[in-house]
Amino acid sequence: MAKKSFRQALNDALHSEMARDPRVIMMGEDLTGGAGANGVKDAWGGPFGVTRGLLGAFGPDRVRDTPISEAAFIGAAAGAALTGLRPIAEIMFVDFAGVCLDQIMNQAAKFRYMFGGRAKTPLVIRATYGAGSRSGSQHTQALHAIFTHIPGLKVVIPSNPYDAKGLLLQAIRDDDPVIFLEHKMLYDTVGEVPDASYTIPFGEARVVRDGKDVVIIAVGRMVSVAEDAARSLAAEGISASIVDPRTTSPLDEDTLVEVTEKIGRVVIVDEGNPRCGVAADISALLADQCFDALKAPIKLVTAPHTPVPYAPNLEDAYVPTPDAVIKAVKSIVKR
Amino acid sequence: MSADIRSRTPQEMMKDLPEDNMSGLQLSQDKLIEVYRSMRTIRRFEERVMDEMATGDIPGNTHLYAGQEASAVGICLQLREDDYISSTHRGHGHSIAKGVDIDSMMAEIFGRATGTCGGKGGSQHIADISKGMLGANGIVAAGAPITCGAALSAKLLGTGQVAVAFAGDGAMNEGVMSESFNLAKIWNLPIVFAIEDNGFGEATANEHVSAGSFTRRAESYDIPSIEVDGTDVFKVYEAAGEAVERARNGGGPTMLHIHVPRYYGHYSGDPDTYRTPEEKAAMRNNRDCLSIFRKHVKEVSLLDSAELDAVDEAVEAAIDHAVAAARAAPFPPLSALTTDVYVKYL
Repeated sequence: MAKKSFRQALNDALHSEMARDPRVIMMGEDLTGGAGANGVKDAWGGPFGVTRGLLGAFGPDRVRDTPISEAAFIGAAAGAALTGLRPIAEIMFVDFAGVCLDQIMNQAAKFRYMFGGRAKTPLVIRATYGAGSRSGSQHTQALHAIFTHIPGLKVVIPSNPYDAKGLLLQAIRDDDPVIFLEHKMLYDTVGEVPDASYTIPFGEARVVRDGKDVVIIAVGRMVSVAEDAARSLAAEGISASIVDPRTTSPLDEDTLVEVTEKIGRVVIVDEGNPRCGVAADISALLADQCFDALKAPIKLVTAPHTPVPYAPNLEDAYVPTPDAVIKAVKSIVKR
Repeated sequence: MSADIRSRTPQEMMKDLPEDNMSGLQLSQDKLIEVYRSMRTIRRFEERVMDEMATGDIPGNTHLYAGQEASAVGICLQLREDDYISSTHRGHGHSIAKGVDIDSMMAEIFGRATGTCGGKGGSQHIADISKGMLGANGIVAAGAPITCGAALSAKLLGTGQVAVAFAGDGAMNEGVMSESFNLAKIWNLPIVFAIEDNGFGEATANEHVSAGSFTRRAESYDIPSIEVDGTDVFKVYEAAGEAVERARNGGGPTMLHIHVPRYYGHYSGDPDTYRTPEEKAAMRNNRDCLSIFRKHVKEVSLLDSAELDAVDEAVEAAIDHAVAAARAAPFPPLSALTTDVYVKYL
């Protein structure tokens, strides 16, 4: 199997689905970069290089560089999905959902329900998210909880290159609107990724690591933080299991309940803010379903309830670290 | 239909026509009857909904289209069955003009299982994709970008379809409307923006909140615009013909600024005290599209009163049937609460 970056895994998926299905189109800001200019075409290959080469392969009708006009092109993508195309729209930074949330929340997410099941909206909205790039409060949020809260949306948050490809292929073939969230700091991570196409079903968590003393449930980029913590804990004789939900809507409740009942100690790690967040949501589920099996309180490791700061030392303190996870684990394992 | 009317050739009839109405009155008599039936159906549908609201049997509130009929009908008459429209919170008229079944619409407004959306959408979310009706909308101007998307589908799939985004004067001050003008122009989309200006955004006069002119806003995007008297269905039909033809032939977007009266308040529970009784009486006396239509067709002896009265009777029976059927229909089963959120979730 080939080693590929998270970025290349996504690029593979986009190329193969565009080739497979002529109804798939892409739109977003600087998907190629250089449109209308005299210099290099496809100059950027997307703001993070994820969409490189698609313009050359599929042309400007299907790979559309848009104005900086999220409300218009996300709405247009929703309307195109309603009328026979299968658009993949890109919001460069998920923070920009602030200017097009109506089209996501009130329109695309609700068409099917409001119209009594007589419509489908096969729309993928890709967006980057997450802190670590020193980009300040409006380019670094982890907003998956907002989308997870909205019925009608599916929310995908891959943690590694293999999952990124399989989940994106599933998202494009899915008949419902999907929010697909890519952590900026994961693009250069490398892993085994098959060349052939494969899909990973939504709502199926991955057991990343088996252990017996504690289960760490981690979302998106926090899976690698949990893995670092688990390695250190193993050196101290504490055996941690790790589960990656992969999608927060639908959520694989069965696997989360099963592993909690088996182990009885749970730490949930999420880069989102704590209030009404995904960590709190999973915690509530497990408290309700697994109360008798719990041997200790459920511990949450999240960002603080603040915007993302700019200064490097503050931003580093904002994002959950392996040390924070280790501390949370020890607080319940040594009871 | 009297024999002498039928015996006249179209060329003979044309001689009697005022020049600015030539286009509309070239319609066949069957088409003219259809135009009148559609406008009359919308008017009586809305008046009846208002009456039924008073019984307390319709949930919530509705936004009534009465007064604006010539706009929806004049435009939709230029459309193919597979062309797309999107609508607004004031959407009943657009749906009827596009051919959505009035029995299912009335049932939807009553919240019944037999409604257009199974009772889950209500007045503000009536949609029938099979008729190209992409939805009324509870969010002002939100239909505009969605309609750009439908127009993009038509363009990329090469279907020759055209998409019409209906919106009100209030929508012109939403940012996404300007964004949609821009997108439609740079992508040369087969779209018509039909701005129905009834003078009020909810309870606030348009002139109090709108700067400049709507047509100049469109023209600043190099989108051709036409200002139309929306009480005359033939004038609307003619303007829509130009716009739809441009879109169909690859000429890109057009904006229609259509002046219409709004007979009722913003919504069915609005006592509408911000307009004077004199203004409202003058509006109904002087700007009634149905009276204006009757006057036109009688002046040129295309249709006589008996034919139009027969349409009125048929419409009355159809509305009675729609209300009776809606009242007799069941509410959705409780199991419907959790269905239709996703095509497939887990």
